[in-house]
Amino acid sequence: MLGTDTTEMAGKTLYDKLWEQHEVLREADGRTLLYIDRQLLHEVTSPQAFSGLRAAGRRLWRIDANIATADHNVPTTDRAAGITDETSRLQVETLDRNCAEFGVEEFGMLDQRQGIVHVIAPEQGLTLPGMTVVCGDSHTATHGALGALAFGIGTTEVEHVLATQCLWTRKSKNMRVWVEGSLPRGVSAKDLVLAIIGEIGTAGGTGHAIEFAGPAIEALSIEGRMTLCNMAIEAGARSGMVAPDALTFAYLQGRPYAPQGALWERAVAFWQGLHSDPDAHFDREVRIDASALSPQVSWGTSPEMVLPIDACIPDPATAPDPVRREAWQRALRYMDLRPGTPISELQVDKVFIGSCTNGRIEDLRAAAEVVRGKRKADSVRAVLVVPGSGLVKAQAEAEGLDEIFRAAGFEWREPGCSMCLAMNADRLEPGERCAATSNRNFEGRQGAGGRTHLVSPAMAAAAAIAGHFVDVRQLSA
Amino acid sequence: MQAFTTVDSVLIPLDRANVDTDAIIPKQFLKTIERQGLGKFLFFDWRYRNGNLGEENPDFVLNDPRYRGAQVLLTRQNFGCGSSREHAPWALADYGIRAIIAPSFADIFANNCVQNGILLISLPQEQIDSLFAATQTEPVQVHIDLAAEELRLDSGRRYAFSIAPGAKHKLLHGLDDIELTLGHAAAIRAYEQQRRQQMPWLFREEARHG
Repeated sequence: MLGTDTTEMAGKTLYDKLWEQHEVLREADGRTLLYIDRQLLHEVTSPQAFSGLRAAGRRLWRIDANIATADHNVPTTDRAAGITDETSRLQVETLDRNCAEFGVEEFGMLDQRQGIVHVIAPEQGLTLPGMTVVCGDSHTATHGALGALAFGIGTTEVEHVLATQCLWTRKSKNMRVWVEGSLPRGVSAKDLVLAIIGEIGTAGGTGHAIEFAGPAIEALSIEGRMTLCNMAIEAGARSGMVAPDALTFAYLQGRPYAPQGALWERAVAFWQGLHSDPDAHFDREVRIDASALSPQVSWGTSPEMVLPIDACIPDPATAPDPVRREAWQRALRYMDLRPGTPISELQVDKVFIGSCTNGRIEDLRAAAEVVRGKRKADSVRAVLVVPGSGLVKAQAEAEGLDEIFRAAGFEWREPGCSMCLAMNADRLEPGERCAATSNRNFEGRQGAGGRTHLVSPAMAAAAAIAGHFVDVRQLSA
Repeated sequence: MQAFTTVDSVLIPLDRANVDTDAIIPKQFLKTIERQGLGKFLFFDWRYRNGNLGEENPDFVLNDPRYRGAQVLLTRQNFGCGSSREHAPWALADYGIRAIIAPSFADIFANNCVQNGILLISLPQEQIDSLFAATQTEPVQVHIDLAAEELRLDSGRRYAFSIAPGAKHKLLHGLDDIELTLGHAAAIRAYEQQRRQQMPWLFREEARHG
């Protein structure tokens, strides 16, 4: 394993360490052949990779490094009925066929371990600290929450990893987001990451790997850290990460694919060294005070267009530059909003609770806590609660959360990506306004003409009850 | 992959910042299991009305007769943000786009473009502003020379750009990485062997029986 000549004198960041441990070779121009420990495959970005291998007569370099599941296209209603949409079905069947032909382990649609790739890999212990993890999906950044170097790649790169277990890539710069204080009651990891994106912008982390650190990050649960790292990509960074600690080890111990026995002890001893040195150099540093944050609501068509719940829709005339003024105007037109309107006056038509950002058990607990004993507003047409995996669903049912949701008039669904990107039947109709716990509010993201407002699970649940956005701290008071 | 040497084309001015991959190619077209044929769906929601391929939106720049068949897109910062879908460069390439000029690009999208023979040219904000200003009066013809790392206008005005040597080589020769990488198979095996000894828990069989 090679060292990085330029940084030998200074301390190293967590990212520097993860990077150096995976360098197979480096060209004079900095292009590096990086070894990949784990690749996650799903039905949307893998078919062309497998057909490329087949056309060239290539086999997989290391079969056990891969794991597959279908998540984007799967129906969230009765699974036994299969997939009605023909193209969706063909894509899922193609994954099944490719996995069978190439010998890749797959959690099929009827397997309880099936779910969103970024939920199931940590859940199974398939993601471990110190690993490089890739997937043909930009939210691969999620796995950085366990101290892995994880990033999204395109399909040509998926094929390259299948064939060589490596990727040609270039080192990013180091950025640290240092979060002081502690999150107030009712303010979650989702609100924190939305506030960070609001602060640095959707290109704020471009070209950087972000390490989230500081007292507020150490206090976050592993699931909260996953929510945070998941949206590093919405801040422009391909990867986000948190140094592994005792919480991380406790989360992983005993998971099906995590090491056991003496090997577990050896692994933990190694993982304890995975943190930035005190004198490590960061190319960019941002400081945020968690104590000052309120629940956040996005108002526009980019995740950086986000404000605290007590704010009003901004006036494009006050935008900091002409490019943003134009973008704000376009966003207000698309979202059908007027400057000066309080965010709390916006009525919602639908609510979506789920996704790789907020589809884990703690998210469902946070939503259920708000909902318990209440009913959705009559004006809200539908509330979808979509667990991130079959195991999350089973856990929620064991805790009775499904009953709380059903009693409130919410729909309790099967696991998958669902209305985060609306590739299956779950989508918004043109003009519908949605409170969503997912990660993107782009034009048409949840369905052509649909209007997405990104929020935390508790805030989504509160909007479903009130019929409009409301500070969850006031609703529960 | 198509090699990139020089391209002559009119600039297509797409004056928007943060154009995301959902806008470049919406999700309903990600269900394909092929790489080809996505060009007609490029910028689908902006390019067509009522979700109908037969109903072009005359206000969208690609439907302006002056820009039909043009191969170079001029746009604003953070182009290609959002998902990792390679369907975005597939759609751009299939439509005929060979190069994109902007102040900045999203990281994953930029990687995917290199894999598909699309040259991304980052220029400083003032130069982008001046190019947009020039397109306001009449279509601007550009000549891109990758070997020289230079963009030339008909007016004679020149813009130098820079590109990483590895990406340049790959684009110039239209290279497929896998063959190249497999040339390093011995180094990969040696690395893997060392890792298997030092961190056996990263290999599934070892992890289970440790």
